[in-house]
Amino acid sequence: MKAIRILALAAFSAVMMVAVVHLPPKGDPHSPANRVENVLKGPVAGAYYIQNSYPDAKTPNMVTVILADYRGFDTLGETVVVFAGGVACLYLLRRRTA
Amino acid sequence: MNEVTRDIVLRRHMEGPIVSPIVHVCIRGLVPFIQIVGLYVYFHGHYSPGGGFQGGVLMAASIILLRMSLGLADSQAVMPNRLPIPLAAVGALIYAGTGLFAMVAGGSYLDYGFLPIPGLEPAMLRNLGILMIELGVTLCVMSTIISIYDNLLGS
Repeated sequence: MKAIRILALAAFSAVMMVAVVHLPPKGDPHSPANRVENVLKGPVAGAYYIQNSYPDAKTPNMVTVILADYRGFDTLGETVVVFAGGVACLYLLRRRTA
Repeated sequence: MNEVTRDIVLRRHMEGPIVSPIVHVCIRGLVPFIQIVGLYVYFHGHYSPGGGFQGGVLMAASIILLRMSLGLADSQAVMPNRLPIPLAAVGALIYAGTGLFAMVAGGSYLDYGFLPIPGLEPAMLRNLGILMIELGVTLCVMSTIISIYDNLLGS
């Protein structure tokens, strides 16, 4: 049983190594993630953000613009989740003054 | 030290003040700087890694440091026990309210370009809108963490 586990682990690690070696280099304009157009000739979100985030919001930090402006509704949800967690802790943990 | 005594000692350290002048002086010197760094991280989210979540955690860390060193009773002046949960609600409401303002002014929800502030181009309005919602996030995260700590103390 242990031998099988070690073999499976080795196989998975080999797959990971091969995948890592074949990753495109950083900033490669021809990698699929950095395309301006997808295969259907439509726009790709990443390229749009890179080109338009500064003119749209005058904010140099691209991540902030995506997080708070383009994907603002998602961040609103995150904030509400944090708040809901706080309220849940309040009701679970508070000591009742009975 | 068995488990019960360790529990009691831990509890006393969490609830009661630490009676050591060195700790007090250090913490009192440290807390304002942590808060300044927290504000810096919040305001500098436009230019560098940072923003509402990280700034809020730093602010909460400063208050929790006070709670641990001065004790729950003596740190009430900085942040009263009842304040965190309403503050967190205010933070979430600032966020949602900014979105609603933009919607009432003619845009879609959370489209800061339509915020009704005169004399600014839409791009600057977006810049401002991001700052406003980050303020909401900061308030919410800070008060939630403080409230969880207070509740763990059973206050």
